[in-house]
Amino acid sequence: MSGLWISKELAEGIRRHGAETYPHECCGALLGRDSSIAQGHDAEGKAAKREVLRLYPLVNRRDDSPRNRFEVTPRDVMDAEKAAGAQGLEIVGWYHSHPDHPARPSEYDRDHAWPWYSYVIVSVMNGTPQEMTSWRLGDDRQEFSAEPMEVRQGAAV
Amino acid sequence: MAVRVIIPTPLRVFAGKKDSAEVPAETVGEALGQLTAQYGDLRKHLYTEDGKLRSFVNVYVNDEDIRYLDKEKTPTKDGDVVSIIPSIAGGR
Repeated sequence: MSGLWISKELAEGIRRHGAETYPHECCGALLGRDSSIAQGHDAEGKAAKREVLRLYPLVNRRDDSPRNRFEVTPRDVMDAEKAAGAQGLEIVGWYHSHPDHPARPSEYDRDHAWPWYSYVIVSVMNGTPQEMTSWRLGDDRQEFSAEPMEVRQGAAV
Repeated sequence: MAVRVIIPTPLRVFAGKKDSAEVPAETVGEALGQLTAQYGDLRKHLYTEDGKLRSFVNVYVNDEDIRYLDKEKTPTKDGDVVSIIPSIAGGR
């Protein structure tokens, strides 16, 4: 699978959000472009390219259990979609943090995941953001595959 | 009764990259049934193994959440728009 491209700046933005909301989980949308759904793109034989070009930080709606759960409501999704559309972008995935827990998707993550989206998880240990990884749900929903994250110095738009 | 079903981005790859489909239907349940009959790979992402709509799959008829109408029995008429909107959830 080809990787998820993100600038160093935006990767830092995700880590910063995770540090800000610690010990609660943070969440947000990843806005960008994916060649597999771009209009007029012929992806035959070519690996799809996916880039994150903006973050859309959100409020974790699980205020009943924010230390280990996050939720983005359909209204939030629609707001993120509108913001993406206004900038000629798409939602390509979502990010959230795991306070004091590794950056690996849980059973709960898998149970609630959508295919196609990139799920970026940042581990925040004692308030300090550490490992950050990206995951894609398999088409059969059985498991996530690790998606390589390519962190670049500057964003190429 | 032709109803337009809006397919959310994460499911478009399973529906020939289409962002919507026109299907004959008199209820929401029928519209989703027609959609999944046409695009079988959608089924497991919309429904659990016991045939219930997954909790993070939200369905609207013309901007009204079917949970506040008659769920999948909600009637649809010609020209109605059925939207499938994700919720996103997870956690450690």
